[in-house]
Amino acid sequence: MTSNPAIAANTRPWRDPAAKPFISIRNVTKRFGDFTAVNDVSLDIYRGELFCLLGGSGCGKSTLLRMLAGFETPTEGKILIDGVDLAGTPPDRRPTNMMFQSYALFPHMSVEKNVAYGLLREGKSKAEAFAHAAEMLKLVQLEKFARRKPHQLSGGQRQRVALARALAKQPKVLLLDEPLGALDKKLREETQFELIRIQETLGVTFIVVTHDQDEAMTLATRIGVMTEGVIEQVGEPREIYETPKSRFVADFIGSVNLFEGRVGPAAPDLMRVETEDLGPVVAPPVAGLTQGQTVWLAMRPERAWLTRERPAESVNCVPGVVQDMGYVGHMSSYMVKLETGRLVRVTQANEGRRDNPISWDENVHVSFEPADFRVLTE
Amino acid sequence: MRRGWFLPIVATLGFCFLYAPIASLIIFSFNESRLVTVWGGFSTRWYGELLADGQMLAAAWISLKVGVLAATIATVIGTLAAFVLTRFGKFRGKLLLTGMVTAPLVMPEVIIGLSLLLLFVAMELALGWPAGRGLTTVVIAHATFTSAYVAVIAQSRLRDMDESLEEAARDLGAGPVRVFFDITLPVIAPALVSGWLLAFTLSLDDLVIASFVSGPGASTLPMVIFSKVRLGVSPDVNALATIIIVIVAVAVTIAGLLLMRQSKRTG
Amino acid sequence: MSGASEPRRAGLPLRILALGLAGLGGAVAVSFLTLSATSALLLSVLVAGGVLYFLFSRFMGWSDRWMVIAVPLLWLGIFFLVPFFVLGRISLSETMIARPPYSPLWETDAQGNVEIIASLQNYWFILGDALYRNAYLSSIRIAAVSTVFALLLGYPIAYYIARSPEPRRSFLLLLVVLPFWTSFLLRVYAWIGFLRRDGVINNILTWLGVIDEPLVMMQTDFAVYIGIVYTYLPFMILPLYANLVKLDGALLEAASDLGASPMVTFFTVTLPLSLPGVIAGSMLVFIPAIGEYVIPALLGGPDTLMIGRTLWDEFFSARDWPVASAVAIIMLILVVIPMMWLQSVQNRQEDRP
Repeated sequence: MTSNPAIAANTRPWRDPAAKPFISIRNVTKRFGDFTAVNDVSLDIYRGELFCLLGGSGCGKSTLLRMLAGFETPTEGKILIDGVDLAGTPPDRRPTNMMFQSYALFPHMSVEKNVAYGLLREGKSKAEAFAHAAEMLKLVQLEKFARRKPHQLSGGQRQRVALARALAKQPKVLLLDEPLGALDKKLREETQFELIRIQETLGVTFIVVTHDQDEAMTLATRIGVMTEGVIEQVGEPREIYETPKSRFVADFIGSVNLFEGRVGPAAPDLMRVETEDLGPVVAPPVAGLTQGQTVWLAMRPERAWLTRERPAESVNCVPGVVQDMGYVGHMSSYMVKLETGRLVRVTQANEGRRDNPISWDENVHVSFEPADFRVLTE
Repeated sequence: MRRGWFLPIVATLGFCFLYAPIASLIIFSFNESRLVTVWGGFSTRWYGELLADGQMLAAAWISLKVGVLAATIATVIGTLAAFVLTRFGKFRGKLLLTGMVTAPLVMPEVIIGLSLLLLFVAMELALGWPAGRGLTTVVIAHATFTSAYVAVIAQSRLRDMDESLEEAARDLGAGPVRVFFDITLPVIAPALVSGWLLAFTLSLDDLVIASFVSGPGASTLPMVIFSKVRLGVSPDVNALATIIIVIVAVAVTIAGLLLMRQSKRTG
Repeated sequence: MSGASEPRRAGLPLRILALGLAGLGGAVAVSFLTLSATSALLLSVLVAGGVLYFLFSRFMGWSDRWMVIAVPLLWLGIFFLVPFFVLGRISLSETMIARPPYSPLWETDAQGNVEIIASLQNYWFILGDALYRNAYLSSIRIAAVSTVFALLLGYPIAYYIARSPEPRRSFLLLLVVLPFWTSFLLRVYAWIGFLRRDGVINNILTWLGVIDEPLVMMQTDFAVYIGIVYTYLPFMILPLYANLVKLDGALLEAASDLGASPMVTFFTVTLPLSLPGVIAGSMLVFIPAIGEYVIPALLGGPDTLMIGRTLWDEFFSARDWPVASAVAIIMLILVVIPMMWLQSVQNRQEDRP
């Protein structure tokens, strides 16, 4: 992406094989009775990262976070932060702090007491602790609310108090459990950038657990996609979106059309795939595939072209009928029924006012560039 | 939703059923006549007689002492039991403890009273303590059976409480004991206050258990009242009832107002 | 980040506060009490608590949670559970004119031979005697009849409160609970004035001309039913209310939308869903009512047999501790079954989200 490898290594340490990870999760498994919440997870996170653990409910992401905080003990494996094994260290002695999904603000303490609580536990003097708490409240723009009780604040303000409280002790790692989950949509979008600003100001390593893929895409330096206790893929947001490693990741991040097919005879610089729904198509070559092997082609809806006439130069093109369409302002979304009966989702950007947009029941052609297919074997 | 006539009528009758006897108690406490059910004109003479009744006053003082001590011990034990049951996950003896904080709620008082008395007698034989029956044994007995009520109230409050509050305090560097005193206790304090009050009331009210485990010189108020009313109605008991009802009504009104103000603040 | 050496210092004020409070409590207790035994008991409890707390926070982590579990477990174990074993042990003895008035379970003679005296004769005596048998049966009958009446009266009230709009709902609930806070004994006593031959009810009915002769209500089973229903009604209403208030109003609307009359809706939707509340409320009335002593003693007649009263008389009048213990043990067996049922209903309620 960048021509200067030095900068790349600096801001993206995970691309540098020599870089030392800050947090190291090694073969961690957590079982509750018969249920395995986290299954043999290994993960390295680097200093200053904003790492998102993304997954549906019950995928084990919160359990992983709670093991970092010390509320759960790994059944197997170990966790190192800054080279120190944290096994046996109780939550109150860990260099991590957590921002809870419910915020967990102490209802009987004022905002400043909440923020100063952790500092007082370190043995700081009252004056010192409250001065530092005031600074933290300034950072989250709540200095005017220091004397209020939590129930006198709005949801967004509470969220910022929780953040200030968790950051006040200057933890090596801040753990955030669904930090924006309780906010409404508009506030959530504003707060995402606020969170990034604060993270960049303080340079603290953030680990965020979320089920919201948009949130993860916006916030993260890297994302770990989790399902059933396993991390399916770790990568930068673009990597995860453009080159998902599995059908699960492709399907979980954004929407996708998946076509099953078999690898056809090899050709230089391209690969033929026989699919039932699209017929024979041309896809980018993938090393290590044998002829006849079953693969899946993942195709993002916005990468397809929709035309009334068959485009002359198109390599991959199938006819179909518009079954359904939805107008969403900046784009329109179509469900196209192919001859096999398979429905394909296609979105088209609405650039300028088109006089005669494609509409219901029209016969259309759907075309794809070979490079827009992602070939998946899992 | 449209509502028929049936429910309001039954509810009204039910509330009359609950309150008519209490109302008549109060009314006849101001009756001049010794006959409790025949109106002989307004008078406060029975209040005067009540206040001059040394036996009654001594018993009231004993009941008060027993109530305060028993309620305090019960609150400590009940709170610990509730905390252990809601926060400690699984441990050996959990089922036993659960049973022991539930059973006293429904266990017939005669059984509790008799079995505790027999325990005290056996303990005195074996250990020399408690020496005889009296205030101490009543306090222990009342603390034991009322702690179950405190535990039930504290348990339901602890279950409702967001556990991440306690985790947050741990996370910010507070040790477990510190968390209990800094976070858990203040948050559940209102429930503990009502638990203490309930334990106090139950102790003040108990006749059967006290009759078994009490000894000479430690007759509680219900024991004295019982020996009086067993012989028939007596107007000074009406006066006493009225005083108790007024105290309770005032206390409940104040508590209700406080609760309302608090719920307004937090709601 | 938390320094490992700092928390000690931070915890000190709290510890001083706790010890100070314990000391203050002790001082208050001493001045409050004139009886030395109780103040000694309280002081020792407080001092022991303070010492335990100090040791515990100083040298142990929370991981040693048995220290905390032990306090309620030991107290309740000693003063609630162990007494039942004592009860059982004495029920196997014979009555004796001695202090305490029961025989030991075994005797060792001069040669060191152990002779077991324990026997089940008290149980055979109780089960063979019609008086005791009838007392048990009539206790169960009286408790059951009272429970049914309490349910019939309590259910509509609970339902009415649950369906009331909010400010009124809290007020009505308060009205239900309020009598519970006043003296139980005095509330039973109030009924004497109502039910007597020259009591309020007879006076009113005579005045209205409904009756010529006063009705005999005192010293009957009827008075006992009234007394039990009256004093235990809040225990019926509260669990029912707690259950009914959770009932989703949309369910009733859905039922009536699907063509059910209010009556049918009640019997097919409301009642089945409130069954756990019905069971809990009924058990909370039924179980303690079996062993009730005060109500039959004050309102019942000489022929109102209830086992609580029998036990009381056996103990206080006949002074036969072993037989009283055996009566209690059999009563215990009788109430344990409904108690376990209640417990399982409550557990199921809690497991549900």
